[in-house]
Amino acid sequence: MKQAAVKFTNYKSSLGFWIYLMTDCLIFASLFATYIVLLPGTAGGPGPKDIFQMPLVLTETLILLTSSFTVGLAMIALSKKNIKQAIWWLAATYILGVAFLTIELFEFGVLVSEGHSWQASAFLSAFFVLVGTHGLHILIGLIWLLVMVIVLLRRGLNSKSSRQLGLFAMYWHFLDLVWIFIFTIVYLMGVAS
Amino acid sequence: MSLKKYIIGFLASIALTLLAYNLVAGEIANGLTLLLLIGGLALAQMVIQLVYFLHLPDEMKPRYKLLSFGFMVVILLIVVVGTLWIMHHLNYNMMEMSPSEKDHYMSSQKDKGF
Amino acid sequence: MKGWGIDMWGRLSLEALPHDIVTIGGVVGGGLAVLAGVAALTYFKKWGWLWREWITSLDHKKIGIMYMIVAVVMLLRGFADTLMLRAQQAVFGAGDGGPISADLFQQVFSAHGTIMIFFVAMGILFGALNLIVPLQIGARDVAFPLLNSISFWLFVAGMMLMNLSLAIGEFSTAGWLAYPPLSGLEYSPGTGVDYWLWSIQIAGIGSLLSGINFLVTIFTMRRKGMTLMKMPIFTWSVVGSMALVLWAFPILTATLAMLTLDRTIGTNFFTSDLGGNPMMYVNLIWAWGHPEVYILVLPAFGVFSEIVPVFSRKKLFGYKSMVMALMAITVLSFTVWLHHFFTMGAGANVNAFFGIMTMIIGIPTGVKVFNWIFTMYKGKVSFTSPMIWFMGFVVTFTLGGLTGVLLSVPGIDFQMHNSLFLVAHFHNMIIGGVVFGLFAGITYWWPKFTGFYLHEKLGKIAALCWIVGFLVAFVPIYILGLMGAARRLDSYDPSLGWQGLFVVAAVGVLIIGLGVVVQVAQVAYSIWKRKELRAPHDAWGGRTLEWYAHTPVPEYNFAVLDTVKSRDEFWQMKQENRFRSKSTLLPIELPKNTSAGFLIGMTAGLIGFAVIWHIWWLVVIGVIAVVGLVIWANLREETEFELSVGEILRHEKSMKRAGL
Repeated sequence: MKQAAVKFTNYKSSLGFWIYLMTDCLIFASLFATYIVLLPGTAGGPGPKDIFQMPLVLTETLILLTSSFTVGLAMIALSKKNIKQAIWWLAATYILGVAFLTIELFEFGVLVSEGHSWQASAFLSAFFVLVGTHGLHILIGLIWLLVMVIVLLRRGLNSKSSRQLGLFAMYWHFLDLVWIFIFTIVYLMGVAS
Repeated sequence: MSLKKYIIGFLASIALTLLAYNLVAGEIANGLTLLLLIGGLALAQMVIQLVYFLHLPDEMKPRYKLLSFGFMVVILLIVVVGTLWIMHHLNYNMMEMSPSEKDHYMSSQKDKGF
Repeated sequence: MKGWGIDMWGRLSLEALPHDIVTIGGVVGGGLAVLAGVAALTYFKKWGWLWREWITSLDHKKIGIMYMIVAVVMLLRGFADTLMLRAQQAVFGAGDGGPISADLFQQVFSAHGTIMIFFVAMGILFGALNLIVPLQIGARDVAFPLLNSISFWLFVAGMMLMNLSLAIGEFSTAGWLAYPPLSGLEYSPGTGVDYWLWSIQIAGIGSLLSGINFLVTIFTMRRKGMTLMKMPIFTWSVVGSMALVLWAFPILTATLAMLTLDRTIGTNFFTSDLGGNPMMYVNLIWAWGHPEVYILVLPAFGVFSEIVPVFSRKKLFGYKSMVMALMAITVLSFTVWLHHFFTMGAGANVNAFFGIMTMIIGIPTGVKVFNWIFTMYKGKVSFTSPMIWFMGFVVTFTLGGLTGVLLSVPGIDFQMHNSLFLVAHFHNMIIGGVVFGLFAGITYWWPKFTGFYLHEKLGKIAALCWIVGFLVAFVPIYILGLMGAARRLDSYDPSLGWQGLFVVAAVGVLIIGLGVVVQVAQVAYSIWKRKELRAPHDAWGGRTLEWYAHTPVPEYNFAVLDTVKSRDEFWQMKQENRFRSKSTLLPIELPKNTSAGFLIGMTAGLIGFAVIWHIWWLVVIGVIAVVGLVIWANLREETEFELSVGEILRHEKSMKRAGL
């Protein structure tokens, strides 16, 4: 009886969280639409071709992609009840996530120091807020991941922590999915001729 | 949930990412063709990750996740495409432009095939 | 005021307290009401009870009642705004003067719209959903009880910021949607627009979370045997409404965030220079705004789909077409939003497309109206007060819909946009549709949760006052609009000869006001005479499962959950005398109380307040606190308690003995 109840709770949570992710898609959609509309609004300042450092962008893209892979490996380890291995893969995910965020903050920092901040033009506002919102989601994910690892270490794996980690994995995969579109629409299409 | 699935998904995603990057970096195509190509690659990678990382097709019936995803895509397209269509027309009609700016705008739109 | 180099109070100062007599009056009045409440709670030593039974409760029924109470209180404030607006135009409209300055007038109509849409309509809506949906599908609670509590307290936080703007600072003067550049930093540098932004942003997140909650509840927690096509139509209307909440509200969240960023960190989304595009705000806000009105009206339609069959003693005509109409309206409502800004200049092609889509969306609604009428045909109709609300709805909503089709023609809209004709049209839809529907629903479901009926005669009088008052108030507004009167003005040139019509409109509002007074009297009187007005658990000869539950509804809703066999399951059970339960009685798990929802909501409100007044250190603390609270809420062990079979049996027996 308890088994069925746990399965049901897991499904409810999974569906509910998925629906939340669908709403998050629409937040990003609004930000993407705004970005595209405000692309020409450079106010005499730099446009995409002038400011994007593509090799760096490719690096952070591959880093995030790898972290999406490692979180999947963590889930496989969990399904085999191998907590130790799961924690190693989660730690890897964390480190890759921090690396991604560091590169992004570096990119932002360079722009701001050159005077190309979000205050300088509509294009830059849209860029910083679209990419920054994704970065904020990553930051929240990292805090969540940290908490989950601590819970795993202290309370071990039970139905609740297992369920919550499943939700985290979904969240992290979703963030990589959104990044595909940022990579393509903001960066690739930005520098393409 | 198998290791094989994640590996396939990971390698495919890397391939698609590098392909898109090189299309742009190597200036292999340009203009509308390029946009369509890398857009297509992005969509392909999205599908790969939905299948191999997010296990969307593995959901049991009734497929509520698929339903809500589908609905989301429809609404997203309506809102984004609708917005771009509307704003394009609004900008053209309403933004203050000098005659030479208007000429420039019109010929640039013409180049895009409008 | 500075301390350690940081600004302690941001831009908050004694200047923020109200200066004019009207606002001071409002603050004093509101303050006295709050003080009276506090005094009563203290005198009757009910603080503990309030905390245990209500504030920390995760019971969907209690949360539903709290939503209703907050919404009704805000209705009184929103209606006070109405009285001020009408009075100003009727008495002083022909020139300058009066106790309400031009600036205050702008704040009053902005507050009026914001309160009515976000706090009254959405509040009553979520109250009704919370009370009814789990019962109608035969479930014990919503899918995520803690999230439900968080949603409610976020709603309250938004409400509190809304009311605080009266006492500390000012409110927005930019209308209920705050278009830039007027709402941007350059033209509205004060705190008004910031209050507006944060109160609806916070409440909006509550709505989004409720959308997730109710959709998952309906998808996964229906009693066994209740397929989607056996659900009551009210529940179907909630599916449509929640789908709209989920896919439209994020647009609002993003747009409000961008305006907030423009006003706080200097971005240029909607500024008139540096590449910003204010038209983009209008586009995005209406991409949300149009679905929003369908979010409000679909459940009102659902209410009528419950009421008409019960009071015609006949099953609903055309169940399948009702479902299809609801789903069609849901999708179509995302395809019409440009009709709110035909005049912004998108051109003929774009205008034509959206004009045609707007005409099309009237069709499924027409299908529904016909189905309700066909339900009544050859039924045994009893004209109880819910049916009076329904008749009022059919007449007024249909008329309002016709004016909508008029407005959907871009060429006509060019004349009517932002005139009083438009104002009459949307009040027609919202009052005739949403308000009448929600009042009908409150009257209909009241006996379920209280155990007594609302006094019928007073209810009929109230309904008639609202219907007549509405027509007397708004037909002149339609006429004024046709004659060219613009909206949102506090005075009009007397030589136009329009004053007479404004006076008539004011009389209409007073008649509505009489209706409100009668409603308050009805509630008070019914509570006083509740023994005479006792209602059984099946108060009206209902058809759906909520009427099967005891009155008052036990915490666990239903002791056993038998398999559902048909549509209008309760009606069928009565026909077939199918009351001996075949299921075994099992222990029931229920969520424990928790303060998490309350604390998260209040902290969110605090963050909003701190950002509005630029008290940055408080923002940082607030954000850390909210993150900590969310982590704590999710890591709690022991979140449920169990009701043993013995306890359930005892409760059921005592209800049966009381004949409930």
